[in-house]
Amino acid sequence: MSLIDLANPSRFLALTARALPWLAAATVLAFAIGISQVYLAPDDYQQGATVKIMFIHVPAAWLGIFAWIVMSVAALGTLVWRHPLADVAAKAAAPIGAAFTLMCLVTGSLWGRPMWGTYWVWDARLTSVLVLFLMYLGVIALWRTIDDPAQAARTAAILTLVGAINIPIIKFSVDWWNTLHQPASVFRLGGSTIHPAILVPLIVMAVAFTLLFLTLHLAAMRNEIMRRRVRTLMMLQAGARMGP
Amino acid sequence: MNFGPHAAFIITAYVVAIAVVAGLIAWIVLDRRHLSRILDDFEAQGISRRSTRTDGDKW
Repeated sequence: MSLIDLANPSRFLALTARALPWLAAATVLAFAIGISQVYLAPDDYQQGATVKIMFIHVPAAWLGIFAWIVMSVAALGTLVWRHPLADVAAKAAAPIGAAFTLMCLVTGSLWGRPMWGTYWVWDARLTSVLVLFLMYLGVIALWRTIDDPAQAARTAAILTLVGAINIPIIKFSVDWWNTLHQPASVFRLGGSTIHPAILVPLIVMAVAFTLLFLTLHLAAMRNEIMRRRVRTLMMLQAGARMGP
Repeated sequence: MNFGPHAAFIITAYVVAIAVVAGLIAWIVLDRRHLSRILDDFEAQGISRRSTRTDGDKW
């Protein structure tokens, strides 16, 4: 099975029908291990038990960003290669990315109130993630506004690639500006600053969230292919009614 | 398990996370059911991609 075989929507549906149950099972298993690790993880010496919010907040943030990267790669597939599955992948990823970004914003707020004394500040990290969420809503609205899927895909692809500028801004906002949000503590030069007793559960939860994203994304892509088949059949039916 | 003085924030954060994931799963499952029903209706009417497919139809 080569990559080109996946270009055919029917083959993609057949392959994902076989893969999805295994992927879903792996997701459930990863979450079971992750949640048990979170339960056993010690409290932070400064933040106490509120550190438990980190185990969902940080993976949600990573997935919110990762989904936009997936959409950006798909946008290249749409604009450069005009690959039909690239359109489908981009459209299916947007609501999932928006949901993870919303989860990041809400859990971050709930973590910020007891630790910073406020639910929200307009600092660079928080604001750039809010911009990411608003861009997700914009892309979703764009897909819904334009009837022709091919035209919607091209327009959404351009907006997605323009919005990709925000991804490095989110990542480096804590370095470029003086923010209330803490600097990078997992992926940084010199290694992680987090103790393994907390880092390991965080990594396991990040793997579980990533598997969840892949499962949901593939399932949403299958739905989108079905939606396009429905659209094609409706057009054929309408054409048949109008006659030759 | 004792979450200390900030238990309400921790529990609310996990409830929100569960609600968001449950919402995503429900959206995908319900969307699939809805689309399957429409495709089945077309099939029942004898309209299918195989019978009506043209060269330009990639779906």
